[in-house]
Amino acid sequence: MVENRPYAKFLAYLVLTIGVIIVAFPVYLAVIASTNDSATISNGNMSLLPGDQAGVNYYRTLFQGTARTSGEAVGSMMVNSFIMAMGIAFGKILISILSAFAVVYFNFPFRKTAFWIIFITLMLPVEVRIYPTYKIVADLGMLDTYTGLILPLIASATGTLLFRQFFMTVPDELLEASKIDGAGAFRFFKDTLIPLSITTIAALFVIQFIYGWNQYLWPLLITTKSSMQTVVIGIKKMLTTQDVLTEWQIAMTTAVLAMLPPVLVVIFMQRLFVKGLVETEK
Amino acid sequence: MAGVTLDTVRKIYAGNVEAVKGVSLDIEDGSFCVLVGPSGCGKSTLLRMIAGLETISGGTVKIGDRIVNQIEPADRDIAMVFQNYALYPHMSVYDNMAYGLRNRGTPKDEIEKRVKEAARILAIESFLARKPRQLSGGQRQRVAMGRAIVRKPQVFLFDEPLSNLDAKLRVQMRVEIKRLQKALGVTSIYVTHDQVEAMTLSDKLVVMSGGQIEQVGSPADVYRRPETRFVATFIGSPPMNILPGTVEGPGRVSVGGQSIAVTDMREGLSAGTPVEVGLRPEDVQAGSAGVSALTMDVDFVEELGATQLFHGKVAGAEFVVQASTGQIPADTRRLTLAIDPANVHLFDPQTTKRLGRV
Amino acid sequence: MEKRAIFSSKTLPYLLLLPQLAITFIFFYWPASQAIWQSFLLEDAFGLSSEFVGFENYRTLFEQPEYYRAMVTTAVFSTAVAILSLSCALLLASQADKQLRFGQGYKTLLIWPYAVAPAIAGVLWIFMFHPTLGMVSRPIKTMGIDWNPMLNANHAMILLVFAATWKQISYNFLFFLAGLQAIPKSVIEAAAIDGAGPLRRFWTIVFPLLSPTTFFLIVVTVVYVFFETFGTIDAVTGGGPAGQTTTLVYKVYSDGRLGGDLGSSAAQSVILMLIVIGLTAIQFRYVERKVQY
Ligand SMILES: Nc1ncnc2c1ncn2[C@@H]1O[C@H](COP(=O)(O)OP(=O)(O)OP(=O)(O)O)[C@@H](O)[C@H]1O
Ligand SMILES: [Mg+2]
Repeated sequence: MVENRPYAKFLAYLVLTIGVIIVAFPVYLAVIASTNDSATISNGNMSLLPGDQAGVNYYRTLFQGTARTSGEAVGSMMVNSFIMAMGIAFGKILISILSAFAVVYFNFPFRKTAFWIIFITLMLPVEVRIYPTYKIVADLGMLDTYTGLILPLIASATGTLLFRQFFMTVPDELLEASKIDGAGAFRFFKDTLIPLSITTIAALFVIQFIYGWNQYLWPLLITTKSSMQTVVIGIKKMLTTQDVLTEWQIAMTTAVLAMLPPVLVVIFMQRLFVKGLVETEK
Repeated sequence: MAGVTLDTVRKIYAGNVEAVKGVSLDIEDGSFCVLVGPSGCGKSTLLRMIAGLETISGGTVKIGDRIVNQIEPADRDIAMVFQNYALYPHMSVYDNMAYGLRNRGTPKDEIEKRVKEAARILAIESFLARKPRQLSGGQRQRVAMGRAIVRKPQVFLFDEPLSNLDAKLRVQMRVEIKRLQKALGVTSIYVTHDQVEAMTLSDKLVVMSGGQIEQVGSPADVYRRPETRFVATFIGSPPMNILPGTVEGPGRVSVGGQSIAVTDMREGLSAGTPVEVGLRPEDVQAGSAGVSALTMDVDFVEELGATQLFHGKVAGAEFVVQASTGQIPADTRRLTLAIDPANVHLFDPQTTKRLGRV
Repeated sequence: MEKRAIFSSKTLPYLLLLPQLAITFIFFYWPASQAIWQSFLLEDAFGLSSEFVGFENYRTLFEQPEYYRAMVTTAVFSTAVAILSLSCALLLASQADKQLRFGQGYKTLLIWPYAVAPAIAGVLWIFMFHPTLGMVSRPIKTMGIDWNPMLNANHAMILLVFAATWKQISYNFLFFLAGLQAIPKSVIEAAAIDGAGPLRRFWTIVFPLLSPTTFFLIVVTVVYVFFETFGTIDAVTGGGPAGQTTTLVYKVYSDGRLGGDLGSSAAQSVILMLIVIGLTAIQFRYVERKVQY
């Protein structure tokens, strides 16, 4: 529109800039804290400029840990988080693409039932079935294992719905052409459906990686060994807020490290991230 | 090579929709057979049953000497060209053509030879590395053809392969398909609702309506001697005029009180029997009074360039006459039409069947 | 909606569905039904035996003042976060929708907090608002307010609302921006020709057209506050002080912890299930999620 109101644009820049500053400020402070020593922070003397302790803090955090986390280094917690996030993302994609393939491309007596069984899981988040789920995982001997961390979180309707929706848009003629070209179900899936779904897969991967990395309640319940802790749980253990002995510089260094992978994923895979977010909510 | 034989083939869809009602048809080896008919008449269904994409509810389909009812599409030795081409969007042109061959374990150098050969015939050699989305509609169409050719199948199946192209390209591709089919000599079955395509391409023309065959024959036969009123009005453009009339005696009918002679007329029709009289717009001679003549009140004239269409009424019914431009002054209000007895078609108003000599 | 072209195999579809269905049954349906069953049982103090007590657990639950307090806390928390995060997000989105030079850059800088774990968001905010060392607490204290979220329940709630809102703005911003971009420019131009100024256009044209998005985001934000802020609460307040920031979900967790009152915890889970079903139903009923069958 040819509307010439310079102040409107100025206002827009102003509002957005303030927004960005407010959004970034807590993280900026965390980064600053990760470059200061313990005393500076707990005296309340921290300035808004970086200190000179970054090397020490990041080294200690990544490789040594603190007494509160039973000396578990954040580096190994991040490895745990990474395994869990990747496991959840891949697991979800795998089982949901298979089930969507079954529901869309086959006709069998319990098709609708199967779809609804999966669909209803939307209404059963972990939080509403915490202890019974915990008990099953315990009975299966999966406490303090990666399997226990990953498996219960990989089934959900989101992925199946997403793939189903995408498969419905694939023209029937492609399957017919494949059939004439001599491709069976497996070949069609591998040679045509998967390559066509690749962006959907990537988008779902980005969302599920973030989801997995950021899990809190579930790992809190089922990990008791410090060696199985994820980084999001680890940081909570570092601060008991009443405690003056909290090593804030280490806690904030851990916070920065814990944010890094998922935030980088969002920034560098923004297009896929937005696609995934919008489509899993449709 | 092989012909295709259909024996009372039927298709009943879920919900008891009978889309194909017992079709029998013999398609000779190497011939070009076109299935034509209005939308929804079951021609795609029939073609897809031949391809094996649709189960056959009744009857048998034979390709060569083999009954293929229970055989998978891939094993029927056919190739198909779809209306939307159905190219694999993520594969290059080369891979699109090679895919079927790879799936059946054709040796690599053989695949390469065949793809190159097909690409040369279709003049798409320079696109082999491209993805389908980087091609124009006409080029995609060629790739779809190429995918069919490389397979060296017994039968080509086409389901309205040209209807996504613009008018000019459609004519060009039509000629190319015909040339290609003649060169390769592969039995082809081609579905269309475009009667110009049907007439120009076919050796054997099959007109369908309501899940049944109305008439089978060479395009010239079907045009010259339509067996039913449906075929008469479906084939030919503009469509044949139909006028109500009655039998006067052997070889004569009366239309709106005017008497006309008929060459091809069933013997033994008693005087007074109602008939439908069919006259093609291009078969009547306007302006000259002849032995048999009708008069027409003109409503308006359509200019088509080389010809003109005069729209009006004869004996109370709509009537169209086609005449070369300039032959008749455009402001003529009343025309006298000379009728050649050989060009009059008679149909039974009840059964709509032709009342010709047996 | 169904495919015309499908495969015909008797066993393959079941094999394909097997992993998902197995996990769904083992980790969703079985525990959920266990929760329902347990909500009707009363365990003795040692957890050795249990007896069927019908709706007893539900009755005691509704006699607990703490349960009502958790409901109120949850309601206040979700309302505050919904109002705050939606209005901030709408303000930012409406500005970002203008043809700006660095539009994409601003967008990137505003959406990344989505990727921060709720618990980490809590940690960042408690660091800023820590009563003794918080950088933001200092100016508040010099204003004469005895700021202490560790002891003062209102302060604790304010802090939680900030932390939860901060994280949710990015999501709401993204969807508002998409909603704004989907409004045909011609509609706004027509309003401009009709003489409506920018602000008037926003409230009479844009905002009503955005209402499906707004409604959708309200539901999503409420679901988020109900369930995902668990980590934030656990990191910031641990439900305190004195249980005053304990939400419904947090209470399920803390009541059942260390083999505590499992019957009551189960009854609470069942009530939560009903709430989720209600929220999902609302979402599907009014937000036109396109799921056929
Ligand atoms: N999967 C199906 N289930 C039920 N009825 C169907 C199905 N497919 C087609 N039909 C019906 O069968 C009839 C024939 O369909 P078909 O596709 O063969 O027509 P067609 O002659 O190819 O028409 P068009 O020129 O429009 O492509 C139609 O009435 C159609 O509605
Ligand atoms: Mg058709």
